[in-house]
Amino acid sequence: MSDGSRMDADGSEDTETTLAGDRQDVDQLLPQLVAHLGEHRTKLRQEWASRIQEARLLQAMTPQEMAAETTSVYDNYVEVLETGSVEALQHYARDLSERIIPRGVETNEVVGIVLLLRDVLARSLFEKYQQDFALLNRVLDAYEPAANRIANTVAVSFVDERERVIRQQQDSIRELSTPVLPVRERLLVLPIIGVLDSERARQLTEQLLAAIRTHRAKVVVIDITGAPDVDESVANHLVRTVDASRLMGASAIITGLSPEIARTLVTIGVDLSKMNTIGDLQGGLEEAERLLGYTVTRGAGSEEP
Amino acid sequence: MTAGPALVSILRQGSYLIASIHTALDDSQMIRFQEDLIEQIGQHRSLGVIIDVAALDVLDSFGSRTLRNVAEMARLRGALTVIVGIQPDVAFAMVALGMGTGSVHTALDLEEGLTYLDGRMPKRSAAI
Repeated sequence: MSDGSRMDADGSEDTETTLAGDRQDVDQLLPQLVAHLGEHRTKLRQEWASRIQEARLLQAMTPQEMAAETTSVYDNYVEVLETGSVEALQHYARDLSERIIPRGVETNEVVGIVLLLRDVLARSLFEKYQQDFALLNRVLDAYEPAANRIANTVAVSFVDERERVIRQQQDSIRELSTPVLPVRERLLVLPIIGVLDSERARQLTEQLLAAIRTHRAKVVVIDITGAPDVDESVANHLVRTVDASRLMGASAIITGLSPEIARTLVTIGVDLSKMNTIGDLQGGLEEAERLLGYTVTRGAGSEEP
Repeated sequence: MTAGPALVSILRQGSYLIASIHTALDDSQMIRFQEDLIEQIGQHRSLGVIIDVAALDVLDSFGSRTLRNVAEMARLRGALTVIVGIQPDVAFAMVALGMGTGSVHTALDLEEGLTYLDGRMPKRSAAI
């Protein structure tokens, strides 16, 4: 938004340096413009729609949706020119973004269509006023700042909405926090699912160490089957977590290292020599039971068929 | 040797010594603790030492090095050492700063430490 107001300020500075009367000029010209755009609404809108199609933008939308959206964008656009207030447009742009972001519409497409509309309308102004260059200049002086402000508003609203969606998703990922599960007396399992960033890794360590204390755990099985990737800092963090667990009297077993992760760890040279790793969670649990002195035997089974 | 009250209680429990550190120690107090403990291992002919640090919320590098040294000296005088009660925050801070406890065994709390020592003691001493 700050860009928009700066642009506006520049515009008004220019008019001040030329003539104080220009401000009035703009006030008179804009209604004329709006009337012109209102008059040729259908033609201009169709031209705009065909330009959008040529540019292969918004292909995620059906032609009917396209027609409906282009009509409302057009009307909003003209309304901003008429009233000079971008509030309604802002609201509309946010609403529109909310609808189209889930369908995979990109920022460049949204900015692209608004700029296309700006060009289509500017072209029609050229046609209308081409006989009188002085007047055309003044018309453009009035039109351009307003048009730029509109493009700006739409782009900013779209990006804002996108960021909001991203933030929301990050929050929900964080909420899927890692549970520390007691499976037997003195045995904890910590399944890690999803990408581990440093913030999540820190949170995980904190939870694990606290759980070791509350459950008086002797053995912890950390299962990373569900972690798609591990980078150097996260790997080192895991090593530190294992060491810290040992200081608290619990030994850690790491299970479920995928081939990719194993390769990464060896390539980046993380020192895992002190870590007890076992192929899968089942093996890890068996080893943990052995360490704790459990023997699990299979009886006849009591499950009814 | 520094005067003043000992800030670490060293209690005899059977063939073990239990040293509880109640408050953060400065370097000279740490040295005094070390000397007291090593002295008493000989006096009581102890076979095991448990150092309880549950009350500490910080442990600096000098402190952890001294604990390591104490354990090594105790071993030379014939006692096995286990450090118990390291708090989660302290544990992670120690690891992050690269100051582990070396080869010294650690356990969750006093009870665990006793169990560990009991498991390591030669049978004849258990019979006494």
